[in-house]
Amino acid sequence: MKDTVYSITFGGIGGQGVLKASEICGWAALYAGYHIKKSEVHGMAQRGGSVESHLRFGKRVYSPLIVAGGADFLVCFHHDEQPRLKAFLKKGGTDMTDFLDKVQELIDDPRSLNTALVGVLSPKLPISETCWMKAIETVFKPAIVAENKKVFLTGREIGRP
Amino acid sequence: MAKKKTLQKALLSGNEALAHGAYEAGLGVACAYPGTPSTEILETLAGFKEIDVQWSVNEKVAYEVALGAAVAGVRSLFACKHVGLNVAMDPLMTSSYTGVNAGFVIVVADDPGMHSSQNEQDTRWVAIYSKMPLLEPSSPAEAREYIQEAFRISERFDTPVMVRMTTRVSHTKEDVALGERQVPPRPAFERNAAKYVMVPGHAYQRHIFVEKRLDKLKALAERTKFNRIEPGDGKIGFITSSVTYQYLKDVYPDASYLKLGMSYPFCDDKITAFAKTVRKLFVVEELDPFLEEHIKTLGVKCTAKDPSFRVGELTPESMPEIVAGRAKREKKVVKRPPRLCAGCPHWASFAALKKIDAFVAGDIGCYTLASLPPTAALHSCLCMGAGVTWHEGWRKGAPNKKIVGVVGDSTFVHSGVTGLINAAYNKAKGVILILDNSTTAMTGGQQHPGTGLTIRNEPTKQLILEDLCRACGADNVDVVDPMDVKAFAAILEKRINEDALSVIVSRHPCRLLKRQV
Ligand SMILES: Cc1ncc(C[n+]2csc(CCOP(=O)(O)OP(=O)(O)O)c2C)c(N)n1
Ligand code: SF4
Repeated sequence: MKDTVYSITFGGIGGQGVLKASEICGWAALYAGYHIKKSEVHGMAQRGGSVESHLRFGKRVYSPLIVAGGADFLVCFHHDEQPRLKAFLKKGGTDMTDFLDKVQELIDDPRSLNTALVGVLSPKLPISETCWMKAIETVFKPAIVAENKKVFLTGREIGRP
Repeated sequence: MAKKKTLQKALLSGNEALAHGAYEAGLGVACAYPGTPSTEILETLAGFKEIDVQWSVNEKVAYEVALGAAVAGVRSLFACKHVGLNVAMDPLMTSSYTGVNAGFVIVVADDPGMHSSQNEQDTRWVAIYSKMPLLEPSSPAEAREYIQEAFRISERFDTPVMVRMTTRVSHTKEDVALGERQVPPRPAFERNAAKYVMVPGHAYQRHIFVEKRLDKLKALAERTKFNRIEPGDGKIGFITSSVTYQYLKDVYPDASYLKLGMSYPFCDDKITAFAKTVRKLFVVEELDPFLEEHIKTLGVKCTAKDPSFRVGELTPESMPEIVAGRAKREKKVVKRPPRLCAGCPHWASFAALKKIDAFVAGDIGCYTLASLPPTAALHSCLCMGAGVTWHEGWRKGAPNKKIVGVVGDSTFVHSGVTGLINAAYNKAKGVILILDNSTTAMTGGQQHPGTGLTIRNEPTKQLILEDLCRACGADNVDVVDPMDVKAFAAILEKRINEDALSVIVSRHPCRLLKRQV
């Protein structure tokens, strides 16, 4: 395993499933054998306020927080939050906000936005499809696993280079 | 000792990992009152059927029940947020004297940066004040490991042990390897007046014990692997603890480290020895100068953060700033503020309060958000229960103003009820609104005595708030649905103009609660 640490900033507003999105990625990275640190915000912020989650994985990760200019990817759920969050992006980092409108058009249920966006992100990360599928099985209740896998794969198609 | 078999890995938060660690250590009883960022510790423990887990009425009660269980022979744990520890301070201070029997651990979660709190007190000082050992994990994996060590120290030295988390440790997730549960043999439960009856004569002897224990704990701090020296290139060295260690390691991978996992009692010899191995020494810690002040008394030359960094949480970005000796630059970040959910019953209660233009003595809960404009109909938030007592105090200080006290249902049971008894006993008048949304909403919807369900959602005796208020001595107790706007406004108008002590229970379930059903 290379020493590279991947840093992803997730952001949106309370109720959009931001934490769930970083949770899927976190478990996928776990199944792929990486060391993971992921930060979350609970409490007040979840009452419709700004929500942010940082995920970092690699051979060895220390800080759970990403520094300004330190994120390889920004996965943003709300256009209002993007101006603030883009400060996290590295020079040359990928802003997934560009996909937001396209993904929103493609999904029927706004609640699956998180899974769809993770799908778009997924081909850009060194994690196999098997690990992604296992992560979805871990994170969602059995009744909605199949539906989330489908949404994920739709997103994954869009995300392929 | 035989190495424990490692079972599997899971992505766990610091709180979840700590709970798993406690489970593995054979924990038998766990008590807490909810509070961000500590809440998930008990919620996770409630998933283990071998453990007796409870939401207690408040932190003082939780502390005493858990400690009692330890004295009677099972490993026990009390968890709280930083301000919750204030509520438990009375039993805490004397429990340092009584000591334990089976292990007893206090888990306290500080909230640097006040993500969800009313202050950012640094509870590490409590370790000095109470003469108890203090462990500070810096990550979820460490939280699992440290809690197990905490139980060992507790039993070996006959002391409660503090494990201090912070928001960034509690709410960081990491891949954590889990082990199997091993229940240690139970110590005998015996009558021992000299140890458990803290009258002056006994307490004097126990204080002697406490001072000796502190010496022994100091020796442990010197040799424990939890205070770890990581040699680097020798140019710069850091003495640090908690999540700050993780931030520094990213920014200064080649530096030398003295990473304090057991930060009290201070390991003076290790600190002095480490200082000699580096050319420039920095002490970097979040919030108060807890380590800094002590290390400076040792005559060790070191540089610490500019005092401006004592406010707010540290971040990886602040590390180079601190090393450069710069003051904190206040960044203006415009974040979307939290607000009450659409359809939240609190909106209705506060719309009525806004109409009568009252001075509203408030409290802590979701409803504190009603203090924000445009509603701005809640005018104080000091600590849990103060909605009731500030109502009484304000009326004394400003008898000609229209004053209403407001408190949530969970908060009322936690510490509002004592204020109501006080008001009745001391012939106070006025109107107290209990915003009864049938849950502890702010912290994510926990049960409490008024909901009639336990932490595991099992039915139990239900506390009837209106009966309780009558028993406390309220002259009038009305139960009204705030969504019935007319009826609610009418009752409020009527009671506010009477010369009586009135309680209005404003009852309507939390929106999120309904969605779960
Ligand atoms: C001493 C103390 N313990 C715990 C907390 C965390 N806390 C803040 S408000 C609250 C409970 C709120 O419940 P309730 O009064 O029912 O109001 P709601 O949020 O449901 O509107 C808790 C647990 C605290 N601030 N202080
Ligand atoms: S969680 Fe419940 S009490 Fe809190 S704002 Fe939402 S509806 Fe209101």
